[in-house]
Amino acid sequence: MPKPDLPLVARDIRKNIIRSLAIAGSGHTAGAMGTADIFAWWYFGGGLRHRSGEPSWEGRDRLILSCGHYAPVLYVTLAMAGYFPLAELSSLRKIGSRLQGHPVKRVELKKMSGLGHEILPGVENTSGPLGQGVSVAVGMALAAKRRGEKHWVWCLGSDGEVQEGQTWEAYISAVKYELGNLIYVIDYNNIQITGEVSKIMPLGNLKKRLEGCGMEVMEIDGHDFEDLEKVKEWAGLHPKTPKAVIMVTTPGKGVGFMENNYRWHGIPPTKEQAFDALEELIRGKK
Amino acid sequence: MTEVQMKATRDGFGEALLSLGEKQNKVMVVCADLEESMRVEEFGKRFPERMVEVGVAEQNMVGLAAGLALEGNCVFAVSYAAFSPGRSWDQIRVSVALSNLNVKIVGGHTGLGVGPDGATHQALEDIAIMRVLPGMMVVVPADAYQARQATERLSELYGPAYLRLTRQKTGLFVDKALKFEIGKAQILRQGKDITVVGCGPILGEAMKVAEKLAGRVSVEVINMHTVKPIDAETLIRSAKKTGRVLCIEDHQVTGGLGGAVAEVLSEKMPVRLERMGVADKWGESGLPEDLYEKFGLSARWIEGRVEKLML
Ligand SMILES: [Mg+2]
Repeated sequence: MPKPDLPLVARDIRKNIIRSLAIAGSGHTAGAMGTADIFAWWYFGGGLRHRSGEPSWEGRDRLILSCGHYAPVLYVTLAMAGYFPLAELSSLRKIGSRLQGHPVKRVELKKMSGLGHEILPGVENTSGPLGQGVSVAVGMALAAKRRGEKHWVWCLGSDGEVQEGQTWEAYISAVKYELGNLIYVIDYNNIQITGEVSKIMPLGNLKKRLEGCGMEVMEIDGHDFEDLEKVKEWAGLHPKTPKAVIMVTTPGKGVGFMENNYRWHGIPPTKEQAFDALEELIRGKK
Repeated sequence: MTEVQMKATRDGFGEALLSLGEKQNKVMVVCADLEESMRVEEFGKRFPERMVEVGVAEQNMVGLAAGLALEGNCVFAVSYAAFSPGRSWDQIRVSVALSNLNVKIVGGHTGLGVGPDGATHQALEDIAIMRVLPGMMVVVPADAYQARQATERLSELYGPAYLRLTRQKTGLFVDKALKFEIGKAQILRQGKDITVVGCGPILGEAMKVAEKLAGRVSVEVINMHTVKPIDAETLIRSAKKTGRVLCIEDHQVTGGLGGAVAEVLSEKMPVRLERMGVADKWGESGLPEDLYEKFGLSARWIEGRVEKLML
Protein backbone atom coordinates (compact mmCIF):
# COMPACT_ATOMS: atom_id res chain seq x y z
CA MET A 1 0.00 0.00 0.00
CA PRO A 2 1.42 3.41 -0.90
CA LYS A 3 2.11 5.76 1.98
CA PRO A 4 -0.84 8.05 2.46
CA ASP A 5 -0.47 11.73 1.83
CA LEU A 6 -0.38 12.83 5.45
CA PRO A 7 -1.17 16.52 4.90
CA LEU A 8 -4.28 15.44 3.02
CA VAL A 9 -5.25 13.02 5.76
CA ALA A 10 -4.73 15.75 8.34
CA ARG A 11 -6.90 18.07 6.32
CA ASP A 12 -9.67 15.48 6.24
CA ILE A 13 -9.33 15.01 9.98
CA ARG A 14 -9.79 18.75 10.41
CA LYS A 15 -12.81 18.78 8.15
CA ASN A 16 -14.42 16.00 10.12
CA ILE A 17 -13.64 17.73 13.42
CA ILE A 18 -15.40 20.86 12.17
CA ARG A 19 -18.40 18.88 10.96
CA SER A 20 -18.70 16.82 14.13
CA LEU A 21 -18.43 19.80 16.43
CA ALA A 22 -20.86 21.90 14.42
CA ILE A 23 -23.41 19.09 14.54
CA ALA A 24 -22.76 18.48 18.23
CA GLY A 25 -23.26 22.14 19.05
CA SER A 26 -20.74 22.03 21.86
CA GLY A 27 -17.19 20.87 22.41
CA HIS A 28 -13.57 21.92 22.14
CA THR A 29 -12.23 22.99 18.78
CA ALA A 30 -8.78 24.54 19.02
CA GLY A 31 -6.72 21.71 20.50
CA ALA A 32 -8.31 19.08 18.31
CA MET A 33 -7.56 21.12 15.16
CA GLY A 34 -4.02 21.81 16.31
CA THR A 35 -3.17 18.14 16.78
CA ALA A 36 -4.70 16.76 13.58
CA ASP A 37 -1.21 16.34 12.10
CA ILE A 38 0.17 14.11 14.81
CA PHE A 39 -3.04 12.06 14.77
CA ALA A 40 -2.68 11.63 11.01
CA TRP A 41 0.90 10.52 11.53
CA TRP A 42 0.01 8.21 14.43
CA TYR A 43 -2.80 6.34 12.70
CA PHE A 44 -1.92 6.70 8.99
CA GLY A 45 1.78 7.47 8.90
CA GLY A 46 3.16 4.57 10.88
CA GLY A 47 3.50 6.51 14.10
CA LEU A 48 1.56 3.88 16.00
CA ARG A 49 1.52 0.15 15.50
CA HIS A 50 -2.19 -0.56 15.60
CA ARG A 51 -4.90 -2.72 14.07
CA SER A 52 -8.29 -1.12 13.60
CA GLY A 53 -9.94 -4.52 13.27
CA GLU A 54 -8.37 -5.72 16.49
CA PRO A 55 -8.42 -2.80 18.92
CA SER A 56 -7.27 -4.97 21.85
CA TRP A 57 -4.32 -6.46 19.98
CA GLU A 58 -1.69 -6.93 22.68
CA GLY A 59 1.21 -5.78 20.57
CA ARG A 60 -0.35 -2.41 19.76
CA ASP A 61 1.25 0.84 20.81
CA ARG A 62 -0.95 2.49 23.39
CA LEU A 63 -2.12 6.05 22.97
CA ILE A 64 -3.33 7.55 26.22
CA LEU A 65 -5.20 10.79 25.75
CA SER A 66 -4.72 12.78 28.92
CA CYS A 67 -6.40 15.97 27.72
CA GLY A 68 -9.83 14.43 27.26
CA HIS A 69 -11.28 17.58 25.74
CA TYR A 70 -9.29 16.74 22.59
CA ALA A 71 -11.78 13.90 22.06
CA PRO A 72 -12.97 15.04 18.60
CA VAL A 73 -9.56 14.57 16.99
CA LEU A 74 -9.26 11.10 18.51
CA TYR A 75 -12.75 10.04 17.44
CA VAL A 76 -12.42 11.41 13.93
CA THR A 77 -9.08 9.74 13.38
CA LEU A 78 -10.26 6.42 14.79
CA ALA A 79 -13.30 6.49 12.51
CA MET A 80 -11.20 7.37 9.47
CA ALA A 81 -8.81 4.56 10.40
CA GLY A 82 -11.69 2.10 10.42
CA TYR A 83 -12.31 1.53 14.11
CA PHE A 84 -15.99 2.38 13.71
CA PRO A 85 -18.23 3.83 10.98
CA LEU A 86 -17.59 7.41 9.94
CA ALA A 87 -21.33 8.06 10.05
CA GLU A 88 -21.18 7.68 13.80
CA LEU A 89 -19.19 10.92 14.08
CA SER A 90 -22.41 12.87 13.81
CA SER A 91 -23.54 11.35 17.11
CA LEU A 92 -20.79 13.16 19.02
CA ARG A 93 -22.07 14.29 22.43
CA LYS A 94 -25.58 13.02 21.71
CA ILE A 95 -27.51 10.89 24.15
CA GLY A 96 -26.78 7.19 23.86
CA SER A 97 -23.72 7.81 21.70
CA ARG A 98 -20.42 6.00 22.07
CA LEU A 99 -18.78 9.34 21.32
CA GLN A 100 -19.00 10.87 24.76
CA GLY A 101 -18.08 14.51 25.26
CA HIS A 102 -14.94 13.31 26.98
CA PRO A 103 -13.69 9.78 26.27
CA VAL A 104 -14.85 6.96 28.50
CA LYS A 105 -13.10 3.63 28.51
CA ARG A 106 -14.84 1.10 30.65
CA VAL A 107 -13.59 -2.39 31.18
CA GLU A 108 -16.52 -4.75 31.37
CA LEU A 109 -16.46 -8.42 32.06
CA LYS A 110 -19.87 -8.74 30.53
CA LYS A 111 -21.00 -6.85 27.48
CA MET A 112 -23.38 -4.48 29.22
CA SER A 113 -21.63 -1.28 30.13
CA GLY A 114 -24.29 -0.08 32.52
CA LEU A 115 -23.58 3.36 31.13
CA GLY A 116 -26.41 3.70 28.65
CA HIS A 117 -23.92 3.66 25.81
CA GLU A 118 -21.30 1.26 24.59
CA ILE A 119 -17.59 1.76 24.62
CA LEU A 120 -15.90 3.11 21.54
CA PRO A 121 -13.26 0.81 20.03
CA GLY A 122 -9.77 2.28 20.08
CA VAL A 123 -10.24 4.45 23.16
CA GLU A 124 -7.61 3.39 25.70
CA ASN A 125 -8.58 5.41 28.76
CA THR A 126 -11.09 7.67 30.42
CA SER A 127 -10.07 11.31 30.61
CA GLY A 128 -11.37 14.79 31.09
CA PRO A 129 -10.26 16.03 34.49
CA LEU A 130 -6.72 17.02 33.59
CA GLY A 131 -3.55 15.35 34.77
CA GLN A 132 -4.92 11.86 35.19
CA GLY A 133 -3.91 10.30 31.90
CA VAL A 134 -0.23 10.91 32.50
CA SER A 135 -0.32 8.67 35.57
CA VAL A 136 -2.36 6.08 33.71
CA ALA A 137 0.24 6.08 30.93
CA VAL A 138 3.01 5.62 33.49
CA GLY A 139 1.14 2.61 34.91
CA MET A 140 0.70 1.10 31.45
CA ALA A 141 4.32 1.69 30.56
CA LEU A 142 5.43 0.14 33.84
CA ALA A 143 3.23 -2.92 33.28
CA ALA A 144 4.71 -3.34 29.80
CA LYS A 145 8.26 -2.91 31.03
CA ARG A 146 7.91 -5.43 33.82
CA ARG A 147 6.46 -7.98 31.43
CA GLY A 148 9.15 -7.35 28.84
CA GLU A 149 6.65 -6.20 26.23
CA LYS A 150 8.01 -4.12 23.39
CA HIS A 151 5.23 -1.71 22.50
CA TRP A 152 5.38 2.04 23.05
CA VAL A 153 3.12 3.91 25.40
CA TRP A 154 2.33 7.34 24.02
CA CYS A 155 0.56 9.96 26.04
CA LEU A 156 -0.85 13.20 24.71
CA GLY A 157 -1.34 15.99 27.20
CA SER A 158 -1.92 19.69 26.89
CA ASP A 159 0.17 22.61 28.07
CA GLY A 160 -2.52 23.88 30.41
CA GLU A 161 -2.58 20.43 31.94
CA VAL A 162 0.99 20.82 33.09
CA GLN A 163 -0.41 23.19 35.71
CA GLU A 164 -1.96 20.17 37.44
CA GLY A 165 0.34 18.95 40.20
CA GLN A 166 -0.42 15.33 39.46
CA THR A 167 1.51 15.51 36.21
CA TRP A 168 4.70 16.26 38.11
CA GLU A 169 4.10 13.32 40.41
CA ALA A 170 3.78 11.22 37.28
CA TYR A 171 6.97 12.51 35.59
CA ILE A 172 9.26 11.66 38.47
CA SER A 173 7.71 8.24 38.86
CA ALA A 174 8.33 7.55 35.16
CA VAL A 175 11.96 8.55 35.65
CA LYS A 176 12.37 6.46 38.80
CA TYR A 177 11.08 3.36 37.04
CA GLU A 178 13.19 4.09 33.93
CA LEU A 179 10.24 3.96 31.58
CA GLY A 180 12.09 4.28 28.30
CA ASN A 181 8.95 2.99 26.59
CA LEU A 182 6.98 6.12 27.47
CA ILE A 183 6.69 9.03 25.04
CA TYR A 184 4.75 11.91 26.52
CA VAL A 185 3.73 14.60 24.08
CA ILE A 186 2.72 18.01 25.36
CA ASP A 187 0.65 20.00 22.91
CA TYR A 188 2.25 23.36 23.44
CA ASN A 189 -0.29 25.69 21.85
CA ASN A 190 -0.13 28.36 24.54
CA ILE A 191 -3.86 28.52 25.09
CA GLN A 192 -6.16 27.28 27.80
CA ILE A 193 -9.82 27.98 28.37
CA THR A 194 -9.45 31.39 30.01
CA GLY A 195 -6.63 32.77 27.92
CA GLU A 196 -3.01 32.31 26.98
CA VAL A 197 -1.11 29.84 29.12
CA SER A 198 1.74 32.32 29.46
CA LYS A 199 -0.70 34.76 31.08
CA ILE A 200 -3.02 32.49 33.06
CA MET A 201 -0.20 30.57 34.74
CA PRO A 202 3.16 30.61 33.04
CA LEU A 203 4.89 27.24 32.91
CA GLY A 204 8.39 28.61 33.36
CA ASN A 205 11.09 26.97 31.31
CA LEU A 206 9.19 23.81 30.62
CA LYS A 207 12.05 22.07 28.87
CA LYS A 208 14.37 22.66 31.81
CA ARG A 209 11.72 21.64 34.29
CA LEU A 210 11.11 18.36 32.51
CA GLU A 211 14.83 17.74 32.13
CA GLY A 212 15.17 18.54 35.80
CA CYS A 213 12.86 15.63 36.53
CA GLY A 214 15.21 13.43 34.54
CA MET A 215 13.27 13.13 31.30
CA GLU A 216 14.72 13.33 27.81
CA VAL A 217 13.12 16.30 26.12
CA MET A 218 12.72 17.16 22.45
CA GLU A 219 11.06 20.22 20.99
CA ILE A 220 9.27 19.86 17.68
CA ASP A 221 6.95 21.62 15.32
CA GLY A 222 3.68 19.70 15.58
CA HIS A 223 2.75 20.52 11.99
CA ASP A 224 5.95 19.15 10.51
CA PHE A 225 5.78 15.47 9.59
CA GLU A 226 9.55 15.23 9.32
CA ASP A 227 9.80 16.38 12.92
CA LEU A 228 7.33 13.70 13.96
CA GLU A 229 9.40 11.04 12.22
CA LYS A 230 12.44 12.27 14.11
CA VAL A 231 10.70 11.68 17.42
CA LYS A 232 10.58 7.98 16.73
CA GLU A 233 14.27 7.73 15.88
CA TRP A 234 15.20 9.81 18.89
CA ALA A 235 12.97 7.85 21.26
CA GLY A 236 14.83 4.65 20.48
CA LEU A 237 18.12 6.19 21.56
CA HIS A 238 17.18 6.37 25.23
CA PRO A 239 15.99 2.96 26.36
CA LYS A 240 15.93 3.78 30.06
CA THR A 241 14.61 7.33 30.05
CA PRO A 242 11.03 8.50 29.61
CA LYS A 243 10.65 10.97 26.79
CA ALA A 244 8.83 14.27 26.77
CA VAL A 245 8.08 15.97 23.48
CA ILE A 246 7.22 19.64 23.62
CA MET A 247 5.17 19.88 20.49
CA VAL A 248 4.51 23.44 19.43
CA THR A 249 1.24 23.77 17.54
CA THR A 250 -1.09 26.47 16.36
CA PRO A 251 -4.43 26.17 18.12
CA GLY A 252 -7.25 26.03 15.60
CA LYS A 253 -4.74 25.18 12.85
CA GLY A 254 -6.08 25.32 9.33
CA VAL A 255 -8.85 27.83 9.86
CA GLY A 256 -7.69 31.41 9.87
CA PHE A 257 -10.33 32.83 12.16
CA MET A 258 -9.68 30.12 14.75
CA GLU A 259 -5.90 30.12 14.78
CA ASN A 260 -4.15 31.38 17.89
CA ASN A 261 -7.35 32.60 19.47
CA TYR A 262 -7.91 31.13 22.92
CA ARG A 263 -11.66 31.76 22.61
CA TRP A 264 -11.80 28.68 20.37
CA HIS A 265 -10.54 26.46 23.16
CA GLY A 266 -13.90 25.41 24.45
CA ILE A 267 -16.49 26.28 21.82
CA PRO A 268 -17.68 24.67 18.57
CA PRO A 269 -18.23 26.49 15.31
CA THR A 270 -21.76 27.56 14.44
CA LYS A 271 -23.16 26.12 11.22
CA GLU A 272 -22.17 29.28 9.34
CA GLN A 273 -18.68 29.29 10.79
CA ALA A 274 -18.40 25.62 9.93
CA PHE A 275 -19.17 26.34 6.26
CA ASP A 276 -16.52 29.05 6.21
CA ALA A 277 -14.05 26.77 7.94
CA LEU A 278 -14.70 23.89 5.57
CA GLU A 279 -14.37 26.17 2.59
CA GLU A 280 -11.03 27.38 3.82
CA LEU A 281 -9.87 23.84 4.54
CA ILE A 282 -10.85 22.72 1.06
CA ARG A 283 -9.83 25.74 -1.02
CA GLY A 284 -7.08 27.13 1.12
CA LYS A 285 -6.90 30.56 2.71
CA LYS A 286 -8.67 33.40 0.92
CA MET B 1 -16.11 -12.83 79.01
CA THR B 2 -13.25 -14.82 77.60
CA GLU B 3 -10.09 -12.93 76.74
CA VAL B 4 -10.04 -12.14 73.02
CA GLN B 5 -6.93 -12.00 70.91
CA MET B 6 -5.96 -8.49 69.77
CA LYS B 7 -4.76 -7.60 66.29
CA ALA B 8 -5.13 -4.69 63.88
CA THR B 9 -7.13 -5.08 60.69
CA ARG B 10 -4.13 -3.74 58.74
CA ASP B 11 -2.22 -6.82 59.89
CA GLY B 12 -4.87 -9.13 58.53
CA PHE B 13 -4.67 -7.27 55.24
CA GLY B 14 -0.88 -7.60 55.07
CA GLU B 15 -1.02 -11.33 55.73
CA ALA B 16 -3.66 -11.85 53.08
CA LEU B 17 -1.60 -9.95 50.52
CA LEU B 18 1.37 -12.20 51.12
CA SER B 19 -0.62 -15.33 50.53
CA LEU B 20 -2.28 -13.75 47.48
CA GLY B 21 1.15 -12.90 46.16
CA GLU B 22 2.05 -16.57 46.21
CA LYS B 23 -1.14 -17.61 44.50
CA GLN B 24 -1.82 -14.93 41.91
CA ASN B 25 0.80 -13.23 39.81
CA LYS B 26 -1.67 -10.56 38.71
CA VAL B 27 -1.88 -9.10 42.20
CA MET B 28 0.13 -5.89 42.46
CA VAL B 29 0.57 -3.29 45.17
CA VAL B 30 1.10 0.42 44.71
CA CYS B 31 1.96 2.32 47.84
CA ALA B 32 2.51 5.99 48.73
CA ASP B 33 5.36 5.89 51.23
CA LEU B 34 3.54 3.90 53.91
CA GLU B 35 4.75 0.38 53.25
CA GLU B 36 5.58 -0.54 56.80
CA SER B 37 2.60 1.12 58.38
CA MET B 38 0.18 -0.36 55.86
CA ARG B 39 1.81 -3.78 56.20
CA VAL B 40 2.83 -4.17 52.57
CA GLU B 41 6.57 -4.08 53.19
CA GLU B 42 6.90 -7.84 53.23
CA PHE B 43 4.94 -8.13 49.98
CA GLY B 44 7.41 -5.73 48.39
CA LYS B 45 10.37 -7.79 49.54
CA ARG B 46 8.91 -11.06 48.38
CA PHE B 47 7.48 -9.78 45.10
CA PRO B 48 9.52 -6.76 44.04
CA GLU B 49 8.28 -7.07 40.45
CA ARG B 50 4.75 -6.54 41.65
CA MET B 51 5.41 -3.70 44.07
CA VAL B 52 5.42 -0.05 43.08
CA GLU B 53 6.42 2.69 45.49
CA VAL B 54 5.35 6.12 44.27
CA GLY B 55 6.39 8.23 47.22
CA VAL B 56 4.12 10.84 48.75
CA ALA B 57 1.87 11.16 45.73
CA GLU B 58 -1.59 9.67 46.15
CA GLN B 59 -3.04 11.10 42.96
CA ASN B 60 -0.32 9.50 40.88
CA MET B 61 -0.65 6.32 42.94
CA VAL B 62 -4.25 5.90 41.89
CA GLY B 63 -3.69 6.85 38.26
CA LEU B 64 -0.70 4.57 38.00
CA ALA B 65 -2.74 1.77 39.57
CA ALA B 66 -5.40 2.37 36.92
CA GLY B 67 -2.75 1.99 34.21
CA LEU B 68 -1.55 -1.29 35.71
CA ALA B 69 -5.16 -2.48 35.94
CA LEU B 70 -5.82 -1.56 32.30
CA GLU B 71 -3.09 -4.05 31.49
CA GLY B 72 -4.91 -6.80 33.34
CA ASN B 73 -3.58 -6.60 36.88
CA CYS B 74 -5.48 -6.65 40.15
CA VAL B 75 -4.01 -3.66 41.93
CA PHE B 76 -4.14 -2.72 45.58
CA ALA B 77 -3.48 1.02 45.97
CA VAL B 78 -2.50 1.55 49.54
CA SER B 79 -2.25 4.60 51.76
CA TYR B 80 -3.93 6.22 54.73
CA ALA B 81 -7.57 6.97 54.07
CA ALA B 82 -7.04 10.64 54.89
CA PHE B 83 -4.80 10.78 51.79
CA SER B 84 -6.46 8.15 49.64
CA PRO B 85 -9.37 8.40 49.02
CA GLY B 86 -9.00 11.76 50.79
CA ARG B 87 -6.75 13.41 48.25
CA SER B 88 -7.12 10.99 45.37
CA TRP B 89 -10.90 10.97 45.09
CA ASP B 90 -11.01 12.61 41.65
CA GLN B 91 -8.56 10.03 40.33
CA ILE B 92 -10.59 7.24 41.91
CA ARG B 93 -13.77 8.62 40.40
CA VAL B 94 -12.53 8.99 36.83
CA SER B 95 -9.53 6.76 36.31
CA VAL B 96 -10.81 3.87 38.44
CA ALA B 97 -14.56 3.87 39.08
CA LEU B 98 -15.92 5.28 35.83
CA SER B 99 -13.42 3.10 33.97
CA ASN B 100 -14.55 0.10 36.04
CA LEU B 101 -11.02 -1.03 36.68
CA ASN B 102 -9.82 -3.75 39.01
CA VAL B 103 -8.26 -1.41 41.54
CA LYS B 104 -8.76 -1.89 45.24
CA ILE B 105 -8.30 1.34 47.15
CA VAL B 106 -7.04 0.47 50.60
CA GLY B 107 -7.43 3.22 53.18
CA GLY B 108 -5.70 2.71 56.47
CA HIS B 109 -5.75 4.62 59.73
CA THR B 110 -9.43 5.38 59.73
CA GLY B 111 -11.70 6.74 62.41
CA LEU B 112 -11.03 8.11 65.86
CA GLY B 113 -9.18 4.86 66.48
CA VAL B 114 -6.14 6.42 64.80
CA GLY B 115 -5.67 8.16 68.14
CA PRO B 116 -2.73 10.48 68.89
CA ASP B 117 -2.11 11.59 65.27
CA GLY B 118 -5.23 13.71 65.64
CA ALA B 119 -7.94 15.11 63.41
CA THR B 120 -5.90 15.49 60.22
CA HIS B 121 -5.20 11.77 60.11
CA GLN B 122 -8.49 10.45 61.45
CA ALA B 123 -10.43 9.74 58.27
CA LEU B 124 -14.08 10.06 59.23
CA GLU B 125 -15.56 10.78 55.82
CA ASP B 126 -14.10 8.05 53.64
CA ILE B 127 -17.08 5.68 53.61
CA ALA B 128 -19.34 8.53 52.53
CA ILE B 129 -17.18 9.70 49.65
CA MET B 130 -16.55 6.18 48.42
CA ARG B 131 -20.01 4.75 48.65
CA VAL B 132 -21.43 7.53 46.50
CA LEU B 133 -19.41 6.29 43.51
CA PRO B 134 -21.40 4.03 41.16
CA GLY B 135 -20.15 0.45 41.14
CA MET B 136 -17.75 0.94 44.04
CA MET B 137 -17.74 -1.85 46.61
CA VAL B 138 -17.11 -0.58 50.13
CA VAL B 139 -15.88 -3.09 52.68
CA VAL B 140 -15.14 -2.44 56.34
CA PRO B 141 -13.76 -5.52 58.09
CA ALA B 142 -14.67 -5.90 61.75
CA ASP B 143 -11.47 -7.59 62.85
CA ALA B 144 -8.09 -8.71 61.57
CA TYR B 145 -9.27 -12.14 60.51
CA GLN B 146 -12.10 -10.59 58.57
CA ALA B 147 -9.68 -8.15 56.95
CA ARG B 148 -7.82 -11.17 55.70
CA GLN B 149 -10.96 -12.74 54.31
CA ALA B 150 -12.10 -9.46 52.76
CA THR B 151 -8.76 -8.93 51.02
CA GLU B 152 -8.84 -12.41 49.58
CA ARG B 153 -12.43 -12.17 48.43
CA LEU B 154 -11.90 -8.74 46.88
CA SER B 155 -8.97 -10.05 44.87
CA GLU B 156 -11.30 -12.64 43.37
CA LEU B 157 -14.08 -10.17 42.60
CA TYR B 158 -13.46 -8.04 39.54
CA GLY B 159 -14.05 -4.32 39.92
CA PRO B 160 -13.29 -1.21 41.92
CA ALA B 161 -13.47 -1.50 45.67
CA TYR B 162 -12.62 0.36 48.83
CA LEU B 163 -11.21 -1.53 51.79
CA ARG B 164 -11.24 0.41 55.04
CA LEU B 165 -8.61 -0.55 57.59
CA THR B 166 -7.64 0.54 61.08
CA ARG B 167 -4.43 1.19 62.93
CA GLN B 168 -5.11 0.06 66.49
CA LYS B 169 -5.14 -3.49 67.75
CA THR B 170 -8.69 -4.63 68.28
CA GLY B 171 -10.35 -7.84 69.38
CA LEU B 172 -10.85 -10.79 67.07
CA PHE B 173 -14.48 -11.05 68.02
CA VAL B 174 -16.16 -12.40 64.89
CA ASP B 175 -16.80 -16.12 64.98
CA LYS B 176 -14.46 -17.53 62.36
CA ALA B 177 -16.98 -20.20 61.51
CA LEU B 178 -19.37 -17.59 60.12
CA LYS B 179 -19.44 -17.44 56.38
CA PHE B 180 -17.91 -14.30 54.92
CA GLU B 181 -19.25 -13.06 51.64
CA ILE B 182 -18.97 -9.58 50.12
CA GLY B 183 -22.41 -7.99 50.11
CA LYS B 184 -23.86 -10.39 52.68
CA ALA B 185 -24.17 -9.17 56.25
CA GLN B 186 -23.31 -11.46 59.15
CA ILE B 187 -25.69 -11.90 62.04
CA LEU B 188 -23.22 -12.08 64.90
CA ARG B 189 -25.89 -12.56 67.49
CA GLN B 190 -29.56 -13.33 67.19
CA GLY B 191 -31.99 -11.16 69.13
CA LYS B 192 -35.57 -9.99 69.05
CA ASP B 193 -35.81 -6.68 70.91
CA ILE B 194 -33.42 -4.41 69.09
CA THR B 195 -31.04 -4.53 66.12
CA VAL B 196 -27.56 -3.12 66.43
CA VAL B 197 -25.98 -2.84 63.01
CA GLY B 198 -22.44 -1.65 62.58
CA CYS B 199 -19.19 -2.00 60.73
CA GLY B 200 -15.54 -2.10 61.69
CA PRO B 201 -13.87 -2.98 64.98
CA ILE B 202 -16.17 -0.65 66.95
CA LEU B 203 -18.80 -3.33 66.52
CA GLY B 204 -16.85 -5.36 69.08
CA GLU B 205 -18.03 -2.87 71.70
CA ALA B 206 -21.61 -3.47 70.67
CA MET B 207 -21.05 -7.21 71.10
CA LYS B 208 -19.90 -6.61 74.66
CA VAL B 209 -23.02 -4.59 75.36
CA ALA B 210 -25.25 -7.25 73.84
CA GLU B 211 -23.65 -9.89 76.05
CA LYS B 212 -23.98 -7.72 79.11
CA LEU B 213 -27.65 -7.02 78.52
CA ALA B 214 -28.50 -10.61 77.65
CA GLY B 215 -31.40 -11.95 79.66
CA ARG B 216 -32.92 -8.50 79.96
CA VAL B 217 -32.67 -7.12 76.43
CA SER B 218 -32.35 -9.43 73.48
CA VAL B 219 -29.98 -7.62 71.10
CA GLU B 220 -29.46 -8.72 67.53
CA VAL B 221 -26.04 -7.70 66.25
CA ILE B 222 -25.47 -7.39 62.53
CA ASN B 223 -22.05 -6.95 61.01
CA MET B 224 -22.60 -4.91 57.87
CA HIS B 225 -19.01 -5.38 56.73
CA THR B 226 -20.03 -4.52 53.18
CA VAL B 227 -21.47 -1.03 53.27
CA LYS B 228 -21.92 -1.17 49.51
CA PRO B 229 -23.64 -3.06 48.06
CA ILE B 230 -25.57 -3.04 51.31
CA ASP B 231 -27.39 -6.19 52.34
CA ALA B 232 -30.81 -4.57 52.56
CA GLU B 233 -32.58 -7.88 52.88
CA THR B 234 -30.89 -8.91 56.12
CA LEU B 235 -31.29 -5.42 57.51
CA ILE B 236 -34.99 -5.17 56.66
CA ARG B 237 -35.72 -8.64 58.01
CA SER B 238 -34.10 -7.79 61.32
CA ALA B 239 -35.73 -4.35 61.56
CA LYS B 240 -39.10 -5.90 60.87
CA LYS B 241 -38.53 -8.35 63.71
CA THR B 242 -37.19 -5.94 66.33
CA GLY B 243 -38.73 -2.63 65.31
CA ARG B 244 -35.70 -0.73 66.64
CA VAL B 245 -32.36 -0.18 64.98
CA LEU B 246 -29.19 1.32 66.35
CA CYS B 247 -26.40 1.93 63.89
CA ILE B 248 -22.79 2.30 64.95
CA GLU B 249 -19.58 3.18 63.16
CA ASP B 250 -16.30 5.01 63.70
CA HIS B 251 -17.12 7.57 60.99
CA GLN B 252 -19.27 10.65 60.58
CA VAL B 253 -22.90 9.76 61.17
CA THR B 254 -23.71 11.51 57.90
CA GLY B 255 -23.11 9.62 54.72
CA GLY B 256 -21.48 6.51 56.11
CA LEU B 257 -23.07 3.27 57.21
CA GLY B 258 -25.61 5.25 59.21
CA GLY B 259 -26.62 7.10 56.10
CA ALA B 260 -26.85 3.89 54.10
CA VAL B 261 -28.95 2.19 56.77
CA ALA B 262 -31.25 5.20 57.06
CA GLU B 263 -31.73 5.22 53.29
CA VAL B 264 -32.78 1.58 53.26
CA LEU B 265 -35.02 1.65 56.30
CA SER B 266 -36.76 4.94 55.65
CA GLU B 267 -37.82 3.71 52.24
CA LYS B 268 -38.48 0.05 52.91
CA MET B 269 -39.06 -0.52 56.60
CA PRO B 270 -39.46 2.66 58.64
CA VAL B 271 -38.71 1.77 62.26
CA ARG B 272 -37.15 3.66 65.13
CA LEU B 273 -33.59 4.37 64.12
CA GLU B 274 -30.69 5.99 65.89
CA ARG B 275 -27.24 6.46 64.45
CA MET B 276 -24.06 6.49 66.49
CA GLY B 277 -20.83 7.80 65.08
CA VAL B 278 -19.02 11.09 65.05
CA ALA B 279 -21.73 13.74 65.07
CA ASP B 280 -20.51 16.38 62.61
CA LYS B 281 -17.38 17.06 64.64
CA TRP B 282 -13.65 16.90 64.06
CA GLY B 283 -11.57 14.34 65.90
CA GLU B 284 -8.56 15.18 68.08
CA SER B 285 -5.47 13.61 69.61
CA GLY B 286 -5.85 11.06 72.38
CA LEU B 287 -5.91 7.36 73.02
CA PRO B 288 -8.61 5.56 71.07
CA GLU B 289 -10.45 4.46 74.22
CA ASP B 290 -10.45 7.99 75.58
CA LEU B 291 -11.67 9.37 72.27
CA TYR B 292 -14.47 6.81 72.05
CA GLU B 293 -15.52 7.84 75.55
CA LYS B 294 -15.35 11.54 74.71
CA PHE B 295 -17.16 11.25 71.39
CA GLY B 296 -19.83 8.94 72.74
CA LEU B 297 -18.84 5.69 71.07
CA SER B 298 -17.65 3.53 73.98
CA ALA B 299 -19.52 0.49 75.26
CA ARG B 300 -20.98 2.60 78.04
CA TRP B 301 -22.50 4.99 75.53
CA ILE B 302 -23.74 2.19 73.30
CA GLU B 303 -25.44 0.62 76.28
CA GLY B 304 -27.11 3.92 77.09
CA ARG B 305 -28.41 4.29 73.55
CA VAL B 306 -29.75 0.75 73.55
CA GLU B 307 -31.52 1.37 76.84
CA LYS B 308 -32.94 4.62 75.51
CA LEU B 309 -34.28 2.94 72.39
CA MET B 310 -35.86 0.25 74.55
CA LEU B 311 -37.89 2.78 76.55
MG1 LIG C 1 -3.33 24.42 25.44
